[in-house]
Amino acid sequence: MTGILRRQGWAIGLFALLLVLLGITKLIQPGFGASNFETLARSALPFAFATAGMAVVVIVGGIDLSVASMMAVCSVTAAVLMTMMGGAPAVLITLAVGLGMGIVTGALIVVTRVPDIVVTLAMLFVWEGVALLILHVPGGTAVEWLKASITGGIGPVPNALIIMFVLIAVVWLPVRYSKVGLSIYATGSDEQAAFRSGVAVGRTRIVAYAICGLFCGMGGLSLTMLTGIGEPVPGPYLLASVAAVVLGGVVLGGGRGGLLGPIIAVFILRLIRLMLTLLAVDPNVTTIIEGSIMVAVVMLGGLLMLKGRLP
Amino acid sequence: MTAPLLDAEGVAKSFGAVRALSDASLTVDRGEVVALLGANGAGKSTFVKILTGALKPDGGRVTIRGLEARVGSPSEARKSGLIPVYQEPSLIPDLDVSDNLKLGDTPAGPFMHWVRELGLDDLKPDAMVGQLPLASLRIIDLARALASEPDLLLLDEMTAALPTDLVDRVIRVVRRQAQDGKGVIFISHRFSEIAALCDRASVLRDGTTVGDVPIEPGIEDRVVEMMLGARIDPATRDAAGARTSSTGKPRLAVKHLAAGAKLQDVSFDLHAGEVLGVVALEVQGQDELFDALAGFMRPAAGSIEVDGRPVEFNHPADAIANGLSLVPGNRAEALLKERSVRENIALPFSAPFRSWGLLRSGHERQCVADAISRLQIDTRAKGEVQRLSGGNQQKVTLGRWLAHGVSTLLLFDPTRGIDVRTKRQIYPLVRELAAQGTSILYYTSELEEVPLACDRVIVIFNGRAVDIIEAGDADEKTLVRASYGLPAGESVEAAA
Repeated sequence: MTGILRRQGWAIGLFALLLVLLGITKLIQPGFGASNFETLARSALPFAFATAGMAVVVIVGGIDLSVASMMAVCSVTAAVLMTMMGGAPAVLITLAVGLGMGIVTGALIVVTRVPDIVVTLAMLFVWEGVALLILHVPGGTAVEWLKASITGGIGPVPNALIIMFVLIAVVWLPVRYSKVGLSIYATGSDEQAAFRSGVAVGRTRIVAYAICGLFCGMGGLSLTMLTGIGEPVPGPYLLASVAAVVLGGVVLGGGRGGLLGPIIAVFILRLIRLMLTLLAVDPNVTTIIEGSIMVAVVMLGGLLMLKGRLP
Repeated sequence: MTAPLLDAEGVAKSFGAVRALSDASLTVDRGEVVALLGANGAGKSTFVKILTGALKPDGGRVTIRGLEARVGSPSEARKSGLIPVYQEPSLIPDLDVSDNLKLGDTPAGPFMHWVRELGLDDLKPDAMVGQLPLASLRIIDLARALASEPDLLLLDEMTAALPTDLVDRVIRVVRRQAQDGKGVIFISHRFSEIAALCDRASVLRDGTTVGDVPIEPGIEDRVVEMMLGARIDPATRDAAGARTSSTGKPRLAVKHLAAGAKLQDVSFDLHAGEVLGVVALEVQGQDELFDALAGFMRPAAGSIEVDGRPVEFNHPADAIANGLSLVPGNRAEALLKERSVRENIALPFSAPFRSWGLLRSGHERQCVADAISRLQIDTRAKGEVQRLSGGNQQKVTLGRWLAHGVSTLLLFDPTRGIDVRTKRQIYPLVRELAAQGTSILYYTSELEEVPLACDRVIVIFNGRAVDIIEAGDADEKTLVRASYGLPAGESVEAAA
């Protein structure tokens, strides 16, 4: 029990913060209820998938600047495919495209030994171009049953929230509790020691980027499901996902944190945006807050580490 | 007769033009504990890396259990039956103990058995590795290696971080491994451990295996001689004799200094115009000593006095303001590689932002030009310092302080990786700086330099100053004995 508390302490704290923020929202807008929460969960869907993907690569010790572009590619792929075929095959192909993009990024990093940040910055532009080639203006369509699947809910629990947690859990939990997951944490924590312990470090990093690509596939699908069309221009998911990952307790540099904290952090950041809208503050302030939170949290972590040792 | 467990013969390895190993050999039979010995830079760590598969040899042959070992990675080396325990823990700090075991497919039952056997009874499998003390990590590393039932165990200075009672346990357990027919390669800087544990010692010198002797009482002298070899050293020190101006206030007084994990208790006085040598084997605390004096690290205990005033360094700038300047062992840390020789030498002039950032360029240019000509720095590649040879780069780092004028210079292994000719130019330079009144603390990993450059020498072993020797008495044998923590030998007493 104390072990769970220690490991999930940060996530539990974030959850408490989320409840407080929900309470404040209710005070600002007494009419805030189940339907508003349903909208919040639905709009959080692409953010949650981008954050889950980003969290995995940050844990392995990297960073992926191309998440938003990969989501754009998947969004237009899904929208175009759905004009040609049924929903299910389109979904599967889109997820495969996401996975493939992740593998390409990871393999490039491992094989060329170019730093993560350089490769993924380049891929940001590559995927952006690919998305515009597939569909140079927003278009395509989304199958009705898919659109319907993320609306409504079971009792007070929105369907979007259920889909989010089930999909992330289905991908992440088998990884987390297998040797692959251990290798991901080990590589991010101390690559040299992991290598000496017999971990296939290169393969592990490719797997992490592949998982990120798969989550971006889900994120792109959710974008198409939300809007009903494919959107080739990348959204604001890069900054938002890094901010949520950092606020969620994943250490930039790797090895520490999980996916639960970052997902809760997504809701906190979405809720802050909603509160600003309710208070008639320009919602663009959100990005300022996200940026500031990122620096503040990383600084806090640095201060905690800096005990007795000079910079 | 069965093949030996390990048979390495004629192993050679070069890094660029540097020949790290030319002819290294080692055999280990079943039931044997063999010590691998060599002075700093003899090629020990390169040899270990080749045996464990971290490096590929250029020549020679390594067979394990009679099979040609083609070890390309640590995991392949494991499969061949050789399990290493390295100097630094190879555990993942952000995982708990049981996850670390899963990572290397180590069975938990035998692991816990060995942990208890090694005297770490209260270890919890869910303890985070990053929060455990260093000594526990070494024990976990060893227990993990033993749990996978190696035929051949390689212990690379794993006892360096252990307290004595744990060392005794380790020795007992390793001894029993040998009795059970396993082979062990043991690397240590402590002769007492080698005497208690090993059957044979194999000695490396300058990349070549020069001897293989059984361990018996009184063998230390022979081993020390083998490590040094019969050296012909034509370099002599200039007429300027040892200055013994130990009167008056010392420039730098260090009292019971402790810092970091290694440095325990070091005290010395450094006078104006004196070159005090520091001699130590690897990781005995010398890095922490220099870091603390240069303001990179806060001392844990003890005091530093400059000209009789107690000082506290919170930043390298504080140390520089007190006249202490470090020339680091790694030249890359001191130089701006992409800038010119001139700019690199002038750097300390601009550092304090004198006259609001305006450089007194005339004066500066003169000093820099003087330094360049005095040091005979090859300025043909004056565009970028990175194009200079290592020796010329080191002259630039020294020339910087020659031009600037500095009261106390901390030289950390200034001749590492430098050709002989440049080395011979550096010793007189050190003497000249001292003659100008500069106090110099001079750590060197090459013992033959000590009589050439130093007035006195302080020997550090296990984080403590164990001896202070006058340069005249500091022949290599005395220094090697002292740096292995051995009492002064009879031969020295007879000479004294």
